[in-house]
Amino acid sequence: MSIADIKSPLPGVFYRKPSPESPPFKDDGDAVKPDDVIGLVEVMKSFHEVRAGIAGVGIRFVVEDTDAVMAGQTLAEVQA
Amino acid sequence: MAIRVQNPGLSTTVQDLGRPGYFHLGIPIGGAMDRLALRAANLLVGNDEGAACLEAVFMGPQLEFTADTGIAVTGATMPIKLDGEEKPGWTALEVKAGQVLSFGYLQAGARIYVAVAGGIDVPLALGSRSTYPIGALGGFKGRPIAAGDELPVGAVSATKAGRSVPEALRRSPGNPAELRVVPGLYWHRITPDSQRGFFADPWKVAPEADRMGYRFRGGHALDFVPREQPFGAGSDPSNIVDSCYPYGSIQVPGGKEPIILHRDAVSGGGYFMVGTVISADMDLIGQLQPNMPTRFVETDMADALKARADRAQLVQKIRDALA
Repeated sequence: MSIADIKSPLPGVFYRKPSPESPPFKDDGDAVKPDDVIGLVEVMKSFHEVRAGIAGVGIRFVVEDTDAVMAGQTLAEVQA
Repeated sequence: MAIRVQNPGLSTTVQDLGRPGYFHLGIPIGGAMDRLALRAANLLVGNDEGAACLEAVFMGPQLEFTADTGIAVTGATMPIKLDGEEKPGWTALEVKAGQVLSFGYLQAGARIYVAVAGGIDVPLALGSRSTYPIGALGGFKGRPIAAGDELPVGAVSATKAGRSVPEALRRSPGNPAELRVVPGLYWHRITPDSQRGFFADPWKVAPEADRMGYRFRGGHALDFVPREQPFGAGSDPSNIVDSCYPYGSIQVPGGKEPIILHRDAVSGGGYFMVGTVISADMDLIGQLQPNMPTRFVETDMADALKARADRAQLVQKIRDALA
């Protein structure tokens, strides 16, 4: 197994939850499929879903909810 | 000749140098947020410098070309790939029929301009091909491009592949970005402390920033000089009797977050404006991405006019370099 990065396609603000009251899309340790949404990036008054893009297990987030992120910045790592 | 859109990116629109002359009717000038980058892209492929290009913000599109042609990508720094092979920016590139242009992650700046020889040949709307999405006006069907669109391209001009805009003639915001501002008619409405603070405080681009306005946060809220609000003005101290909004004017609703009006701006309203970003620095705003540290630098009309002349000279140098 190797570690794969899930990167932000956009600069903006990263959210791990679909709304403030909801549970996170994924918790640390969860398995992901390529189409799974792992978070949202807010930019230009809209929210853009970030998909895992890869199948893996043991997701580990490396940025916090509401952190500012750059395009290409690693959001989470998975074992793929 | 056409461009097939395989993936539109985040928000990619057809833009030229805009439609001046209708702002008094509420229709903004529109056009490229970074006009220098658009002019340079067009000059590289042998177009008129105001031909229509694609402006893509934060994320590049994926485009297929149906015939041999010339293209150039200017503006933000983003890896440029033709059939997966990396190519230089600010350079005329040869493209073969069927080749696909794609992009890597944004590295610096905010907007790229893709020029194609002949220009994007959408119909003129009020004298311009620029897309004003909020008004569903101009561009490709009045909206950002979408997967499956076929964008018409004009009669092909001669592109001399390999020509580049010299690095010294490219312009990008520093870090922190510095935007020169002439204090405006309502400057007296804020206290001397707030006047100093506005220019001294570090600001950051807010994620809401778009083609209508660039919002900033991080500095101190402005304090207003107390007054009885005049007839016709709203009750908040940041309200004024409705007035015209110039491009580049900086309104601060509630005194909290400055918003610089840009190419797709509204033309008037009831917020006071601290001042106006000088025309020479408007292109730089188009290359600011969210969270970018920014400072406002006080200047006056004489320096603003000098900066404008310097700017015109820079455009002339690019014309000369690519002639």
